[in-house]
Amino acid sequence: MVTNITSFGRSGLSDWLMQRFSAVVLALYTVFIVAYLLFNPNLDYYAWTALFDQTWMRIFSLLAFISVAAHAWIGLWTVTTDYLKSTFVRVGAQSLIILAIFVYLVWGIQILWGA
Amino acid sequence: MSNLQVSIYRYNPETDSAPYMQEFQVDTKGRDVMVLDVLHMMKEQDSGLAFRRSCREGVCGSDGMNMNGKNGLACITPLSDVVKGNKLTLRPLPGLPVIRDMVVDMGLFYKQYERIQPYLQNDTPAPAIERLQSPEERDKLDGLYECILCACCSTSCPSFWWNPDKFVGPAGLLQSYRFLADSRDTATSERLTDLEDPFSVFRCRGIMNCVAVCPKGLNPTRAIGKIREMLLADAT
Repeated sequence: MVTNITSFGRSGLSDWLMQRFSAVVLALYTVFIVAYLLFNPNLDYYAWTALFDQTWMRIFSLLAFISVAAHAWIGLWTVTTDYLKSTFVRVGAQSLIILAIFVYLVWGIQILWGA
Repeated sequence: MSNLQVSIYRYNPETDSAPYMQEFQVDTKGRDVMVLDVLHMMKEQDSGLAFRRSCREGVCGSDGMNMNGKNGLACITPLSDVVKGNKLTLRPLPGLPVIRDMVVDMGLFYKQYERIQPYLQNDTPAPAIERLQSPEERDKLDGLYECILCACCSTSCPSFWWNPDKFVGPAGLLQSYRFLADSRDTATSERLTDLEDPFSVFRCRGIMNCVAVCPKGLNPTRAIGKIREMLLADAT
């Protein structure tokens, strides 16, 4: 039995499912944002803040942020376990990646809900 | 018609400090022979050349090798399939330790095969006759049991190159599904539990190199997809 304590969900099946679910969320979010920008060519600050003032948009955005975090962790964990064979280098890289993901997530939430 | 130019990987750990490529000129008399025939013509020139072969008809799986960049069985690969510009480059199966010349150490490949317990497990009392299957149940094993374990697929898989100790590889997973799909096997949930970690099955990224090289025309990627479906159905 192969185990790994630094993978996102500790299970290949849960990581695989999460990777696919988060990919669908990110695809929907990307399509929505691109379509919104295309249909609003004269977008100003007020319209943009009005969009993000709505609860459904905040939920959608937060879902997308969390999806980016999970997707990046699972994907980059896979890359590090493929290519970084030194345990010291690999655990170091994984720590940096997880730290960066955490910072971006908190920063994103702050932008979304900050004053 | 000029002679075929063959460049072949040579390495004898007892005398060579590093592997090197040796050039041969082979006169095929204009015939479209198999790569294995060319290897024998080269062995006539240099009897020290080492390679594995046995049945010479694509059944034993001994002469899997890398021919002009693509894995396959030398005995059933005609020159017209691989030779470009009258040049042929032969290398051992990629990713496995080389014992000598084209002979590789298949230890890791067999270890992964052993890990998936490639034998029927049934905990019910043995009946007086054979354990019967319906024709439909038997049909599920087609495209799975034909594997000859030549290792062409697993050694063309980057996921197996990087993690041969943890990722079962396409050959092992095809056989794993062969027993998961067998109506007579009762160890299905134990087999699935052994595969749900992040490496054994899920290190497959679906690039389908295995499908592209399989000399028997089998589809390990489809089998891996079926294992994922079974894992998902079992765990959700």
